[in-house]
Amino acid sequence: MTLRKYWKALWAVVWKDLAAELRSRELLSSMLVFALLVILIFNFALELNIQAQKAVTAGVLWVTFAFAGTLGLNRSMASEKDRGCLDGLLLAPVDRSAIYFGKVIANLMFMLIVEAIVLPVYAFLYQVNLFNPGLLLVIVLGSIGYAVVGTLLAAMAVQVRTRDILLPILLFPLVVPLLIAAVKASNGYLQGFALPEILPWLNLILVYDVIFIAIAFMTFDFIVEE
Amino acid sequence: MIKVRNLIKRYGPKTVLKDLNFDVKQGEFVALLGPNGAGKTTLLRVLSSLSRPARGEVQIAGFQLPGQASQVRDRLGVLSHQPLLYGDLTAEENLWFFGRMYDIDHLHDRSSQVLELVGLSKRRKDLVRTFSRGMQQRLAIGRAVLHQPQVMLFDEPHTGLDQDACAMLDAIMREIANQGRTVVMTSHDLSRAADLATRFDVISRGKIVASGTKSELGVGNLLQFYRDSLSEVRAE
Amino acid sequence: MNTDKPRLLTFLDVLSGMLLTSAVLMVFLYAPVERTMGAVQKVFYFHVSTAWVGMLGFLAAAVVGVLYLTTRKIKWDLAGYAAVEISLVFFLIAIISGSIWARPTWNTWWTWDPRLTTAAIVELIYAAYLLLRAGVDDPARRARFSAVYAVFGFFSVPLTFIAIRLLRTIHPVVMGGSNPGGEGSFSMVAPMKQTFFFSLFAFSVIFIDLFWHRIRLEKVTSKIEELRIQLMD
Repeated sequence: MTLRKYWKALWAVVWKDLAAELRSRELLSSMLVFALLVILIFNFALELNIQAQKAVTAGVLWVTFAFAGTLGLNRSMASEKDRGCLDGLLLAPVDRSAIYFGKVIANLMFMLIVEAIVLPVYAFLYQVNLFNPGLLLVIVLGSIGYAVVGTLLAAMAVQVRTRDILLPILLFPLVVPLLIAAVKASNGYLQGFALPEILPWLNLILVYDVIFIAIAFMTFDFIVEE
Repeated sequence: MIKVRNLIKRYGPKTVLKDLNFDVKQGEFVALLGPNGAGKTTLLRVLSSLSRPARGEVQIAGFQLPGQASQVRDRLGVLSHQPLLYGDLTAEENLWFFGRMYDIDHLHDRSSQVLELVGLSKRRKDLVRTFSRGMQQRLAIGRAVLHQPQVMLFDEPHTGLDQDACAMLDAIMREIANQGRTVVMTSHDLSRAADLATRFDVISRGKIVASGTKSELGVGNLLQFYRDSLSEVRAE
Repeated sequence: MNTDKPRLLTFLDVLSGMLLTSAVLMVFLYAPVERTMGAVQKVFYFHVSTAWVGMLGFLAAAVVGVLYLTTRKIKWDLAGYAAVEISLVFFLIAIISGSIWARPTWNTWWTWDPRLTTAAIVELIYAAYLLLRAGVDDPARRARFSAVYAVFGFFSVPLTFIAIRLLRTIHPVVMGGSNPGGEGSFSMVAPMKQTFFFSLFAFSVIFIDLFWHRIRLEKVTSKIEELRIQLMD
């Protein structure tokens, strides 16, 4: 199993997901509509003035991303399971982790695309400047962690009878530290806090990402075998 | 080519394959027959490396499962009753994708060749979603031979196909088999099996209970052979 | 399979009963009443013991999860399942007793401090684990999924704790107080220390007792299922 073959297979999976999605646009449109709905609901539910708005922006954004992300993860895995395509992937003579990482990258890209659209919309609706490089960094790092854990749990959930409701139940308790750190770090950048205050949160996100990439790499095989 | 010894496979408390032995020589086309629940699909899933044996030895093309699964998969082509294709991609894109997964050289040429073989060249740029079931199966078999496998496994490939589609599929299968490949096919359809295969094995309750080649049995006696093997089992 | 109840287990049952009774007696009669908080402080003995043991149960589930994945012996899966089930209950007791303690002490039923919040999240991970198991029929797959989830859960907990701790804290740090800001701390005199360690011991024994019972129950259930299927064939 050479590195070249591994790499080729991994990116083949990414390409396949993106190409298929480009055709149907099912996933992205549902994630996007859902995200915008969530933001709208927050508007009514929280009834905030401009001041309070600043304090909760980070939280609202991340809750939105988390929920929309779950939708995407579910759909992405379901499309493999339903037509038995997962078997097709598993028959390929590559290490299973190539499939896993390919899926993670594809899911990550979907999340990033949705986030890239939600940010300007939110900025427009609430007259808030969100083009903050620090914020963007946090969003990328946080989304990576979310996609890593989410993809593996989605692969599990899709094989279980209670598939649709199970993914959020499995995912959210595990993703709490990531969300806390992401919200705090995002908030720090938005409110212009000094770097030393934001750093512990960034560190936590990085540690989370690294630990779970490692664990997922070691356990993915067990999820897909029979 | 295929060697199975003392294979045991369980699903929870139920033992589906009980101490099964199975041998296939290179170039043979074996039709695996048997009633529902006998273990046909399970055996095929173990052979295709999708299922791990609980106990026993499985060797394909000289490589052991599950330890050398990667090498086995390289030489294996599988056709299931599900097409295993991506509806939102075109026919050729599907082949390109699987070709990349199998690291095939000169992919575009090879894909064109395969599309020609299965009679889908004219529909190459169409989304698989728009294909009839028969066309999907043909593309699926194209995907299965893309990487020139030595061993092919067909799991009830005629399911859901009308007569014409079956005939087309059979023609392709014959051509593939004639290139010296080893084939194991499970089937419910005795007449089609009789037509295609060179050997007939009957599986019942997780074990192979009978085996006979076409020349030994003679084509007309297949149904009788099948019934006899099963009634022996029931009598036990 | 011999379904007679092993003598050791009966002994353990009796021992657990005795220990629990003794612990309760010690808590109410032997340990002195704490100066500032009064009688409600006594909840502390149950609260921390069950929390500690519950936490260890989680560690056990992760460890046997790894053991299952490497050896594929179904007994490890049984152990993990039993450990999580019992820990779920122990943690619930810990949370409820913590609540009882919090009310008179800080005038609130719930606080969003690191330990309590982490406990709530761990409880949710346990519940998710059980829901996951409920949805998978194939025992081998169920065992694999449970093992992987237990490992994931286990690694997420310290990170959760650190994250929340960075956020806030009012939970008393009773031993080795590294957080001077925590209210409701108190130092322990000797009889208290003895009572505490005794309760800890008692609850550990109770855990093992319940654990053993649970595993036996599961084994008998599997055997019945096996026999039923054999009969049907």
